Amino acid sequence: MPRYLLSIYQPDGPVPEPEVLNKIMADLDVLNQEMRDAGAWVFTGGLHPASTSTVVRVNDGVVLTTDGPFTEAKEHVGGLWVIEASDLDAALGWGRKAAQATTLPIEVRPFAGYRD
Amino acid sequence: MVHISEIGEIFREEYGRSVAVLVRVLGSIEAAEDAVQDAFTEAVVRWPDAGLPPSPAGWIITTARNRAIDRIRRDASGREKLAQAVLLHGDQHGGDHANGPEGIEADAVEDERLRLIFTCCHPALNRAAQVALTLKLLGGLGTAEIAHAFLVPEPTMAQRLVRAKGKIRDANIPYRVPSGAELPERLKSVLAVVYLIFNEGYAASSGSGLVREDLCHEALRLGRLTTELMPDEPEAQGLLALMLLLDARRAARTASDGGLVLLADQDRSLWDRNEIAEGQVLVRQCLKRNQPGPYQLQAAINAVHGDAAKAADTDWHQILALYGQLLAMEPTPVVALNRAVALAEVEGPAAGLAAVDALELGNYYLFHAVRADLLRRLGRAEEAATAYRAARERTNNNAERDFLEGRIRALTTTGPGPEAQTSDDQPGR
Repeated sequence: MPRYLLSIYQPDGPVPEPEVLNKIMADLDVLNQEMRDAGAWVFTGGLHPASTSTVVRVNDGVVLTTDGPFTEAKEHVGGLWVIEASDLDAALGWGRKAAQATTLPIEVRPFAGYRD
Repeated sequence: MVHISEIGEIFREEYGRSVAVLVRVLGSIEAAEDAVQDAFTEAVVRWPDAGLPPSPAGWIITTARNRAIDRIRRDASGREKLAQAVLLHGDQHGGDHANGPEGIEADAVEDERLRLIFTCCHPALNRAAQVALTLKLLGGLGTAEIAHAFLVPEPTMAQRLVRAKGKIRDANIPYRVPSGAELPERLKSVLAVVYLIFNEGYAASSGSGLVREDLCHEALRLGRLTTELMPDEPEAQGLLALMLLLDARRAARTASDGGLVLLADQDRSLWDRNEIAEGQVLVRQCLKRNQPGPYQLQAAINAVHGDAAKAADTDWHQILALYGQLLAMEPTPVVALNRAVALAEVEGPAAGLAAVDALELGNYYLFHAVRADLLRRLGRAEEAATAYRAARERTNNNAERDFLEGRIRALTTTGPGPEAQTSDDQPGR
């Protein structure tokens, strides 16, 4: 069964107000249960802000560790799902629900090597 | 004797059909295209001596299928995959296409084409990719032809096609006719692609005339295909009617020096009466169904123009009412601009100008051109010239530029002329 990565595009900045956030969390619980019931759910997780990330690089055997995300974008992956779906239409259906629940854009991207 | 040119024509006609069936059998656009190419290569060798088979399309499909099996047998790694694909296909259709041409049912082939057109116009592909894929897979146009038509270097177009096919394969974009709830949005995308192909040909913005006519011809063919495949979709019929009614005026739209001729000034004896008649029949069928949509309304507007033997006979009241309906459905400034042109014909240029001035369309050359014309008709020559200049600065089309230059010259030397002007341009979508 094909697998897809659904990533949440999260703008950098303050976290939403509690009542907004609570609604989002409740909607996400419903969605995750729906994914499990449908047999689509493989994995999900939310991430700490991009300011908590560290990038490690190896150049000619020398390890270079830098504070902060790899790119200087204004939005970063805020969380993700790995789902199973029969085709892109099915995956986009979950993507639409994820966008509704998170109120954020969702990137739907196929994994290599899970076609059959 | 079968001439090679005849095989070329069959290629154009049958390529889309054959690829559509083979995509279903092989599960891959690339493999399907290779197989159909192989089959035509074989046809070029065989048919000149043996004569045309009873069903050239069936022969091509069967041969392509066999060549695909040969290819994959040579490629051991793919053997199992193909076996599965062919088995699955046999299961689904409860029959075996290997029986020969007579084993392929026409309905099944049409279903495959419908699936493929929805795949080509899938919203996960960008519009340029949708257009290129549709022309390539359903229209049977070569990569070089498509590149030429869209004024893109051939390698760029080749890359665009490779990327789009790669995405269909890797992201698993399905070959499927969308279900009821999705269908209206997905159909819009298909019709938008067909209309864009038509407009690219009709607008004649640049490039050689022949290639452009070819695009109009191809869009009409695709339009007929969508109405055949989806006879119950009034907007598909509306689009075909609209394209026929516009295409009917193509010969009258360009002067012998290549200049643009406005609708009001066109020699109506040059209009293609057959296309007008066909378009008007379709518009009447749409009216009977009473499920109006933007394409049907635009077709109806152009059907009214088609009824007028000369410009002065145009039923502007009816056109104004139709634009009113269209504006309610698609409240865009461009539709409002076209409605204002009709309003000027019914209530006079002052009413038209008031409606135009209420629009925020300062970057659109037609906004300035329409304003200029209304000002000219109101005798406000200086303001009209300024507006024509504003229009001229905003178009790259040489024919349109020449036309606007002419208007400016006429205003600055002899003052306003008395003749009416109406836009022949369609609202952008």
